[in-house]
Amino acid sequence: MMPDLGAYTTEIVSAYLASLSLLGVLICWIWLRARRVKRALAQVETRLKRKTHG
Amino acid sequence: MASLWEYANPVKFMKVSGFLLPLTAVLATASIGIGLVWGFFFTPDDFRQGSTVKIIFLHVPSAFLAINAWAMMLVTSLIWLIRRHHVSALAAKAAGPIGATMTLIALMTGAIWGQPMWGTWWVWDPRLTSFLILFLFYIGYIALWSAIEDPDTAADLTSVLCLVGSVFAVLSRYAAIFWNQGLHQGASLSVAPGERMDWAYKGPLYLCMTGFVLLFLALVLAGTRTEIRARRMQALTARERAQERGAG
Amino acid sequence: MSALLIRDLRLAFRAGGGFGLGLGFFLILAVLVPLGVGPDQSTLGLIAPGILWVGALLACLLSLDRLFALDFEDGSLDLLATSPIPMEGVVAIKALAHWLTTCLPLALAAPLLGVLLNLPITAYAALLLSLLIGTPALSMIGAFGAALTVGLKRGGLLLSLLVLPLYVPTLVFGAQSVTRAAQGLDITTPLALLAGITAGSLALLPFAAAFALRINLR
Repeated sequence: MMPDLGAYTTEIVSAYLASLSLLGVLICWIWLRARRVKRALAQVETRLKRKTHG
Repeated sequence: MASLWEYANPVKFMKVSGFLLPLTAVLATASIGIGLVWGFFFTPDDFRQGSTVKIIFLHVPSAFLAINAWAMMLVTSLIWLIRRHHVSALAAKAAGPIGATMTLIALMTGAIWGQPMWGTWWVWDPRLTSFLILFLFYIGYIALWSAIEDPDTAADLTSVLCLVGSVFAVLSRYAAIFWNQGLHQGASLSVAPGERMDWAYKGPLYLCMTGFVLLFLALVLAGTRTEIRARRMQALTARERAQERGAG
Repeated sequence: MSALLIRDLRLAFRAGGGFGLGLGFFLILAVLVPLGVGPDQSTLGLIAPGILWVGALLACLLSLDRLFALDFEDGSLDLLATSPIPMEGVVAIKALAHWLTTCLPLALAAPLLGVLLNLPITAYAALLLSLLIGTPALSMIGAFGAALTVGLKRGGLLLSLLVLPLYVPTLVFGAQSVTRAAQGLDITTPLALLAGITAGSLALLPFAAAFALRINLR
């Protein structure tokens, strides 16, 4: 399964893990923020609609 | 044919990006996934660098994007300053944190690779130094965006900062070369003759580059959509408050 | 325009104007570094050019946030904006006043502090010359940063975050010319590059700073 990386196993694996986790944090941050803003905007829009129609 | 500027309309942009976002996201995941697995499991060791050569499949694409994200911010800032398209300014804002993360990844993978190869995590080599300085520029840019409340003022000021910063980032690059001739090898993917990379590495590397570019696109699209929504929300609540004040 | 310059200089020299603050900071830095690094003369001589340049740069940064802030708060900046002097000229005058009150004293005091840091004897002329040539760029870049952050309540920290990366080329060429002089090498190349950066900043940055100021006054 694991390829033979010789003496550098720790370095390579940690480089991959660190990069992927940084990317993961970035993606999660963008995604969560997108969801939060989308929900908040929907709330504001429905409230405004109710106000103008009711 | 429709002009390119039509996509600068927020409504149209939301429509088109809503279609493009899942597409780029899926393509990015696929090519990064395949590229990294190929690079990690199925590439031979380099005769000089040994197995550490596998780190370049992360290092080179992220470094490439770290610079090009700034270039994209420069172009979108110019478009905002000249043609006043809000989508453009918001795209620049969305690209900031992504570029900063790419710079950080490039620095980190470089440090981890440098440890066994050069015997040290960090050397004050011109390339490394300019990347660190680029990271500082990203931090300043993001900080200025978050410090100013009024969105149009923020867009204007960050655009000017981006223009001036670009000039000084290039100057810093040459200053760093003047300051210390480096250890770092030349560009890995250059057309110039000399040290050429083997096709065994080029395959996964090109795939990872494509994947990272697509990922960058997807993230910028997602970020810009969020910024457009946030902007709309801000405008709506401001109008609501004005109406309440008018009624009461 | 000269009236504006005289006014700014008078304000700076008045009590509470902050004149001499940068100078004091510079002196303290030159005392603290040997205390931190240790008293070894050869080490100090080696790092003296860099310390003096970094110190000058930080001291220059200290007074930047007041460059436009006071005039912005009491509304005189609005008056200046409607006056016949172009905004670019106002920025240039303000930067000149900052240079005269902060950077010029720093440049003149630097050789004295060089004695404290055991700066090699060959480097004194280069230190003075490089600071005289390079610090106008520091003032001008700082004025641009101050123009960007003038409308903010806590702009001081942000200002240094924005300005310090922009100082990198000036610092490198300035400190390099002193280091090279200390090693007995030719310093025309770094000095010429330093002068180039100063000339370029003085020519272009007033426009960027004036643009930022107009936006902040909107």
